[in-house]
Amino acid sequence: MSGDGQPRSHWFDDEAGPVVRPYAMTRGRTSHAAQHRLDLIAVVVTEAHADDPEADHMLSPEHVDIVQLCRDAPQSVAELAAELNLPIGVVRVLIGDLVDEEMVHVTRPVPPAELVDENILRDVISGLRAL
Amino acid sequence: MIFGRSERGKPPVEPVTLKILVAGGFGAGKTTLVGAVSEIKPLRTEELLTEAGRPVDDTSGVEGKNTTTVAMDFGRITLREDLVLYLFGTPGQDRFWFLWDELATGALGAVVLADTRRLEDSFAAVDYFERRSIPFLVGVNCFDGAARYPSQSVRAALDLDPSVPLVLCDARDRESVKEVLIGVVQHAMAYAADRRAAVTT
Ligand SMILES: Nc1nc2c(ncn2[C@@H]2O[C@H](COP(=O)(O)OP(=O)(O)O)[C@@H](O)[C@H]2O)c(=O)[nH]1
Ligand SMILES: [Mg+2]
Repeated sequence: MSGDGQPRSHWFDDEAGPVVRPYAMTRGRTSHAAQHRLDLIAVVVTEAHADDPEADHMLSPEHVDIVQLCRDAPQSVAELAAELNLPIGVVRVLIGDLVDEEMVHVTRPVPPAELVDENILRDVISGLRAL
Repeated sequence: MIFGRSERGKPPVEPVTLKILVAGGFGAGKTTLVGAVSEIKPLRTEELLTEAGRPVDDTSGVEGKNTTTVAMDFGRITLREDLVLYLFGTPGQDRFWFLWDELATGALGAVVLADTRRLEDSFAAVDYFERRSIPFLVGVNCFDGAARYPSQSVRAALDLDPSVPLVLCDARDRESVKEVLIGVVQHAMAYAADRRAAVTT
C-alpha cells in the first residue's frame, strides 16, 4: 500500500505487472559496482570449465539455469530475464555472482560510435535486406 | 572486451549485439512492429520498481516494501551467427522515463511510431531522442480508416528537424518494417558522419 492511501491503480496501469515481493534468491545482496548496470544486450557466455554447476552448493537453481542456458548459446541479459521469468535487476545480481565464481563471462556491447567506424552497420543493412 | 580462455572444443560464438528502440504512444503499433520482424515471439522482460517508481538494482533496503514491475517487449533478429539485432519497445507512458534511459544507452537508433489520429502521443518520444542526440526516424503507421496527411504537415505538426527521416509504414507488414529499420541504420550512419564532419571543421 502506498503511504498516502491512494489506491495503487492511480499509479500503476496495465503496463505494470502484479505487486510482488522482493526475491529471496539474491539473499538481499546488492549487485556490486563492477557490474555497473549490465546492458540489456550484454551477452553472457558460460566458461567451458563450468561443466557441473549443480555440484556447487553455493549456487541456487536460478544460477544453474543461467550457466546451462548460456552454455548452449550465449544469451543476452534481456533474453535470460525473459526466459527465467525474473526481473532484470535480479538477473543482473545472479550474473554478477557467476562472474565472481568465474563460471561465466560477459561481453559488453560495442558502443554505437565504434560500430560506425568498424563498418558493422553496413553488414546490418545487408543483413536486414537479406531477411 | 572479455575473451574466453582457450579451451578444448569450439568456443561458442559471442555475437556483436545492437539495439534499436521502438517508441510511440499507446496503441501506435510498437508491439506489432517488433512482432513483424522478430524471429522469436516478442518477449517481455520485467523491471522491479519500488513504490517511488525507481528501478530496483538490488534487494537491499526493499525488504518488506512492496514493489511492482513494468514490462518491456523485445524481439530478436539474427543477421549473422555473430551479429544480432534486438528491438525494444519502450513503455508507452513517459513516466517510465528511467527505463527509457536504460534502453537508450548504447542504442544504435530509434523508430518513433506516429498515429496521425493522435500525433500528440509522439511528442514525448521525439523530444526525448532529440535531446539525447539519438538518431531516430519517424514511421507514420498507416491505420485503416485514418485520414492520410501529406508528410509535410505531419513534419510540421511534430516540428521535425529537416534531417529526420519520415516514412509511411505498416507495422504489420514485414517488408515495410524491414525498410523502416534499414532507414534507421542508414540515418544513424549519416548522423555519425555529420557529427564527425562537425568536429573536424
Ligand atoms: N491497420 C493497422 N493496424 C495496426 C497497425 N499497427 C498496429 N495495428 C493494430 O493496432 C493495435 C495496437 O497495436 P500495438 O502493436 O499493440 O500497439 P502498442 O501499444 O504501440 O504496442 C493492434 O490491434 C494492431 O493490430 C498498422 O500499421 N495498420
Ligand atoms: Mg505494446
